[in-house]
Amino acid sequence: MADTGVDKKRRRFLIGATSAVGAVGVGAIAIPFIGSLTPSARALAAGAPVEVDISKLESGAMISIEWQGKVVFVVNRTSDMLSKLPSIVPQLKDPKSELSLQPEYVDKESRSREAEILVMLGKCTHLGCAPQYRPEVAPADLGADWQGGFYCPCHGSRFDLAGRVFKGAPAGTNMEIPPYYFISDSLLLIGENGVAA
Amino acid sequence: MSLLNWIDSRFPLTETWNKHIAEYYAPKNFNFFYFFGSLAMLCLVLQIVTGIFLTMHYKPDAEMAFASVEYIMRDVPGGWFIRYMHSTGASMFFIVIYLHMFRGLIYGSFKGPRELVWLIGMLIYLALMAEAFMGYLLPWGQMSFWGAQVIINLFNTIPYIGDVVSTTIRGDFVISDPTLNRFFAFHVVAVPLILVGLVFVHIVALHTVGSNNPDGVEIKKLKDEKGIPLDGIAFHPYYTVKDIVGVVVFLIVFFFIVFFMPEGGGYFIEHANFEPANALKTPEHIAPVWYFTPFYTVLRAVPDPWYGTLAMFAAIAVLFVLPWLDKNPIKSVRYRNKAHLINLAWFSVTFIVLGVLGVMAVTDGLKELGTRGTQIYFLFFAVTYVHSRPRQVNYLMWFVILLVSVLFWDLLRYDSSFTDNQSSLFWQMLLIPVAYLATTLLLPHFVGAANEEKEVPTRVTG
Repeated sequence: MADTGVDKKRRRFLIGATSAVGAVGVGAIAIPFIGSLTPSARALAAGAPVEVDISKLESGAMISIEWQGKVVFVVNRTSDMLSKLPSIVPQLKDPKSELSLQPEYVDKESRSREAEILVMLGKCTHLGCAPQYRPEVAPADLGADWQGGFYCPCHGSRFDLAGRVFKGAPAGTNMEIPPYYFISDSLLLIGENGVAA
Repeated sequence: MSLLNWIDSRFPLTETWNKHIAEYYAPKNFNFFYFFGSLAMLCLVLQIVTGIFLTMHYKPDAEMAFASVEYIMRDVPGGWFIRYMHSTGASMFFIVIYLHMFRGLIYGSFKGPRELVWLIGMLIYLALMAEAFMGYLLPWGQMSFWGAQVIINLFNTIPYIGDVVSTTIRGDFVISDPTLNRFFAFHVVAVPLILVGLVFVHIVALHTVGSNNPDGVEIKKLKDEKGIPLDGIAFHPYYTVKDIVGVVVFLIVFFFIVFFMPEGGGYFIEHANFEPANALKTPEHIAPVWYFTPFYTVLRAVPDPWYGTLAMFAAIAVLFVLPWLDKNPIKSVRYRNKAHLINLAWFSVTFIVLGVLGVMAVTDGLKELGTRGTQIYFLFFAVTYVHSRPRQVNYLMWFVILLVSVLFWDLLRYDSSFTDNQSSLFWQMLLIPVAYLATTLLLPHFVGAANEEKEVPTRVTG
């Protein structure tokens, strides 16, 4: 009876049950707050694909495109550049892009749908800086072995002209290839895979 | 006095004043290093006051933020003055906090019964780093943008959930308006509230256990017939007056910087931050603000991004457990053995070297030095543990254990693709951890004088 003594077992049960219900309530109320931190409908809508006209892109030149707020590099590689790709393989961490991110229709070594046109996220896979396009051979600051490629100014990661990372670089994987396809010979759509190539 | 009586019967005003100020007895032998607690409070107040006034003119919007800061600098009367106090205050806050922590380290203030004071202080330090990091994004300059890019991408390296975590922090797939807006909310409301709360708890905990002092003597052990510590003096007026001297000197330095070198030579406000944020162009050289650079060097010392991030957070986390690593009953460096003094000197120099390396561009030599510095940084905590029992401990065994762990780390990172230059640097700089372990472990083993501890007096000296 209540007036003869305290039923400790019942009291403990009530404290436990109240705490559990309270904890569930706190957990539940956290959901909308954390949800509000995730990208809004407007931010999601900004992720639409982008059309790029490459008819004026000269051989050996690069343009930067903004897609989903990220930088996309489009490089028109010369046949000379492409011919060098196999020779640097021994110096690369992941020459066949087995650890790296790219759509499956992309060639794993030239890392493109059509050999000349390289479409790649301009984002170092180390900590997200934008690497510089350095197509020249053996410039003073990058050393005599440099065959052209991408150099990240933040922490010195080096990538070849297919965005494949060199050994000894802080970046772990090759630069990422976004989904893209050719609408026509001179028109590119970044952000969609297109119909089966 | 009747007003005071009226209040005192409703609120413990006199009681609180006496407990924490007029009758709070602090050791009488405080030295230079004891200025930095009150100076840290001064910095907090300065940052809050200047911050409130900056908020009245600043626009947390990616389109307007950079221009609104320029507006504060050029068009708001005295705006430049308030902003430079705020930006200088951030760096000065860290200088003061680092000296405050250094004081705790050398005089053993983190040891029992003050473990909680140390833990709460470390939480304050963490909150302060978050506060500074988010505040640095607000001017929306190039360094704001790319510095935040690098730091937020650290979360990207978490396996499996990294992408979701960093997207949730940004509120977008890239750093953009939502990121700026939420950082503003955290910087001006959430983190300052946490900071003020933690500082309050820090002081309550300190006043419960009492202040340590350069001798590491517990003054509460010896009291006179009134219960007042024999070596204690009232905080007010003695230390309030002493602290005012510190405040005056501090403010002279502070306003010299505000008026004559507000960018702090490009270290307090980095030059690239005078250019608006541009997502398509990375600055030539990205370095965090100087107070983060020791940990940034630790990050860069580990090639794998995820392990690098872990190492960086571990470098901060290990400071939390210091009270349970250093179990030597002697608090102050004054009465510990020489090897402990040498150990502290190595750690201080290493911390500064790591900080300097963090603002420099990476070359082979500096990268290797950063890795060696990182090794010393972590070894310090192991050696501190070894020095807990200098008379009983087997120094030779620990020398071998720690040397083997360095070599094991080196084995993991030694890469057959190292150039000749890289591998010769690797072998040359292996001398650094060897010299460190030799001076802190072999020296006290072979030279008795380096292992001798002095007797701690019962009363404070000086």
